[in-house]
Amino acid sequence: MRTGRRIGPVFLFAATVAAAGCAPATPDASQLLRLATTTSTYDSGLLDSILPVFEGAYDADVDVVAVGTGQAIEIGRSGDADVILVHSRNAEDAFVADGYGVERFPVMFNDFVLVGPHADPAGIASAATGAEALQRIYDSQSTFVSRGDDSGTHAKELALWQAASLTPALTDAWYLSIGQGMGETLQFAHEQQGYTLADRGTYLSVADTLPDLMILFGGGTIAENPDQAMRNPYGVIQVRAPDLQSSEAQAAAEFVAWLTSLETQEMVRDYGVAEFGQPLFYPSSTAWCEASGPDSPGCSS
Amino acid sequence: MEVIRLTFVVSVVALAISSVLGIPVGSWMGLRRFRGRGLLRTLIYTGMGLPPVVVGLAVYLTLSRQGPMGDLEWLFTPAGMVAAQVIIAFPIVAGLTSAALEGLDPEFPLQVRSLGANARQEAAAMLRQARGGVIAALLAAFGGIISEVGAAMLVGGNIEGKTRVLSTAIVLETRRGEFATALALGGVLLVLAFVVNAGLLRLQVTPRHPS
Repeated sequence: MRTGRRIGPVFLFAATVAAAGCAPATPDASQLLRLATTTSTYDSGLLDSILPVFEGAYDADVDVVAVGTGQAIEIGRSGDADVILVHSRNAEDAFVADGYGVERFPVMFNDFVLVGPHADPAGIASAATGAEALQRIYDSQSTFVSRGDDSGTHAKELALWQAASLTPALTDAWYLSIGQGMGETLQFAHEQQGYTLADRGTYLSVADTLPDLMILFGGGTIAENPDQAMRNPYGVIQVRAPDLQSSEAQAAAEFVAWLTSLETQEMVRDYGVAEFGQPLFYPSSTAWCEASGPDSPGCSS
Repeated sequence: MEVIRLTFVVSVVALAISSVLGIPVGSWMGLRRFRGRGLLRTLIYTGMGLPPVVVGLAVYLTLSRQGPMGDLEWLFTPAGMVAAQVIIAFPIVAGLTSAALEGLDPEFPLQVRSLGANARQEAAAMLRQARGGVIAALLAAFGGIISEVGAAMLVGGNIEGKTRVLSTAIVLETRRGEFATALALGGVLLVLAFVVNAGLLRLQVTPRHPS
């Protein structure tokens, strides 16, 4: 758990209150920006790695609220965040279409993998697609652990079931919908020796605590993932503020531009390579795709 | 609704077990003088302040496949949840029962004994006398159990239709962004707590028997 960034804002708040009490606010005080995002971007350490660059360059302080995609979008809807960075394409498009967001920009992607016990009782390792793998789990009634929390990962799982034309019932003893985060769900699957769908980044970051689980579908790296439908794209959206000329709104727009810029995208590409031997996220912003060519993975969509 | 039924069953069973264990231990600690009583009392009072999530973690590791009691297969079952809740609630029942008995008039046990009561009758008379405090102990324990979320989430696993209780459902709905549903479930939790508390308090107001 990385706590530095979560403690920072509290100190800053206390310092701001103290400062406000004794001195008039200086016009060049650093801009406070609140980012609502998913636990996957935060727990992977990506934000801790790249945000200080933005804070330094723009004299801003970014408060990160790391929650499920559903809650992150709701926080944006109620105007309690300036920017959201999430991974649930349909919900993102609805957020913009309903007028809560300015525009959705692609940022990066990683992919989903199906993990399970080494014995692979359902035999999903030889499946051609994620949907086929789920079909085999369904047919063999093997234990499957679902996030069940309206997260981006849960949305992807439901889309895969739909692609397989199956609807597992909550009354099925083998289908366990636990409504918890990715880390907890992986621990649960490990304990129960069941299958689950996980984003590769989170799985890699906790894999050393899960000796009895392995990736059974999705390959060793994102390039080896046989199914394009297992891609997991992230988007960034500036929340539509009442006054788009306000300093918060401008800082939010600056943040979106910075996150999708070529320089930041290169930082995203390099993050995690030293620690995990492969990137956790692959850049896919418009600027990145223009620079690296349309054949670059994730740029065609 | 399954969530409400399970919340009720788990909480009431955990409270019943905590009472069966906690009231005798609390009485013993409150009425008798023995070696190690001070230490026991400190341990029980410390137990009252145990963070539930730490209890949950310990129970989780004990019941886990690799844990010493993994063969029970209680992890992610209501039985495991009850075990964790008993560990949380037992010190509350024992500690507050003992405090209630210690708060009685020191003359009272002498009077009871002078009437020819044996040790057991004496303890029963003392408990009747301190009934208000004992019931407050049960109410505090029940409040702790029904609203507890950390251990219920860890040990129960929040499985829909199997181990999801009101407190963990509220956390889930909040994370989903379904704030209205979360708040409504909070209301249901309050109503459930009110009903059980009202039932327990009825025990307190029944007319006292002369002892």
